[in-house]
Amino acid sequence: MKTVSSLLDDHWYERYKKISRLNIRSSIYDVTDRCNLRCKGCFFFSSGEHERASEENDVSKWHAFVEKEMDRGVNLAILIGGEPTLCLDRIEAFYQRLPTFCATNGLIKVPRDRFPDMMVGLSLWGDEEDEIALRGKDTFKITSANYAGDPHAYYLYTITPKQLGKTGKIIQKIKDIGLKVHMQLLSNDEGVDGFSWKPEELIAVRAEMDAMLDAYPETVISSKYYHKVITTGRMLDRKFGWMECPSVTEPIDKRDPRPKRLTNFIRWASDLETMHRCCTSETRDCSTCKDGAAHMSWVMVNKRAHINTTEDLQNWIEVYEMFAKLYQFIPW
Amino acid sequence: MNTDISQTITRIAEIIINELKLEDVTPETFDADLDLIDEVGVDSMDLATIALVLRDEYGIRIDEDDYPKLTTIRIIAEYIDNKLKSDD
Repeated sequence: MKTVSSLLDDHWYERYKKISRLNIRSSIYDVTDRCNLRCKGCFFFSSGEHERASEENDVSKWHAFVEKEMDRGVNLAILIGGEPTLCLDRIEAFYQRLPTFCATNGLIKVPRDRFPDMMVGLSLWGDEEDEIALRGKDTFKITSANYAGDPHAYYLYTITPKQLGKTGKIIQKIKDIGLKVHMQLLSNDEGVDGFSWKPEELIAVRAEMDAMLDAYPETVISSKYYHKVITTGRMLDRKFGWMECPSVTEPIDKRDPRPKRLTNFIRWASDLETMHRCCTSETRDCSTCKDGAAHMSWVMVNKRAHINTTEDLQNWIEVYEMFAKLYQFIPW
Repeated sequence: MNTDISQTITRIAEIIINELKLEDVTPETFDADLDLIDEVGVDSMDLATIALVLRDEYGIRIDEDDYPKLTTIRIIAEYIDNKLKSDD
C-alpha cells in the first residue's frame, strides 16, 4: 500500500501534516443583490442572479442564519454579492462567528477597527485600459490607496486574453504596494468581444502564470498544478465539467450519478432561503468554466487520487496550501 | 489481544480497503496502528463513508465530532467496542 510518508521526503511530509487535518468546509453567500459597479462579464448580473431573490434586510435573521450554517458544519464563509461592503452589518454576522472571506471590488474600504483580520479579496480585471473597458473605471487606483500594506488583503486578479504579455506589469504594481495576488481566469459569461479564451491563448496564459509564479514567489499565491488544471480543464485522467464539479449546491444537486466526494456545499442567495445551482452562474457552460475556486476544490476533494506518485501528491499539497493561505487557515 | 477487538480490527480493515480501493494490502496485513490521516490520506469525506458502513454493520452511530479522534483502525475498533458495551 502506498502511504503518504513513502511518497514524500521529510520536508514535504511536514507540509502535508500541516494541512491534512484542516477539513475546510466552505459555503458561499450572496450578501446583497446590489453593487456599486457594473462590470461586463460579471456572472452575478449577466445571468440575472440579482433578480432571483429579495434581500433579507433584518440583520437579526442573518445572525440566526449563520448559526444554522455553523450547525451544518460550515467553517469558512465566502462572502460575495453584489458588493458585500454595502452591507457591513451582514458581514459582521459571519465575521463574529466564523473564518470569513469577503470578495469585494475594494471601492469601499472595510473598516479595520471593526473587521481587524478579515481576509479581503480585491477584484482586479487587468490594467487601466481593461479595467475601464470592462468595469468603467480603473479600480486599482482606489483599491491600492485603500489597502496598501494590509496583511489581510490580496488581489484576485482575473486574467483575460487581452492581458497576455501584460501580467508582469500588473503584478509588479501589486508587489510595490505590499500586497499578494492570486490569479484566476475570466469565464466571459456575457461573451464580451475578444475576451473568450482560444486554445492557444490558454496554453500561453498557463506559461505566463508559471512565469509570474517563478518571478514573484513572495507576491503570487498560486501553484503550477493549479495553472495546469484550470487552463486544460484536466486533473490526472479526468476532465472538469458538470459531472465532476464539487462546487454544486448539494440539496438541489440532481446529478446522477452524484459525485461521491462532496462537502455539503451551498451557495445561498441574499434572501437566505434561495439556493443557487453552484458557486457561479447557472447559465455558464461547465465544460468551459474557469472558476478558480471550483477547480481548486476539485483538486482538494480528490486527495486519495493523488496518493499515487510523489509528484501527484506534491501537486495536491501545493493546491491545498494555496487555498489554505488564501483563506487564512495557514500563514502566507 | 481481546478476540472480539481483533475481529473488529480485521473487519474495519476490510471495510477501509474496500471503500478506499486500497491496493497491496489485506485485512490481515493492514497495520492497525497506522495513522489513517497522516499515512493513508483519509479525509473527512472518507470517514463519513466509512462511518455509514460501520453504522450498518454494527448498528452504532459515529458522531461527526468524533471523526478527528478516529485516527487508526485500532482506535476505531475500541470506539465501536465501547459504544456496543454502553448500549448493553
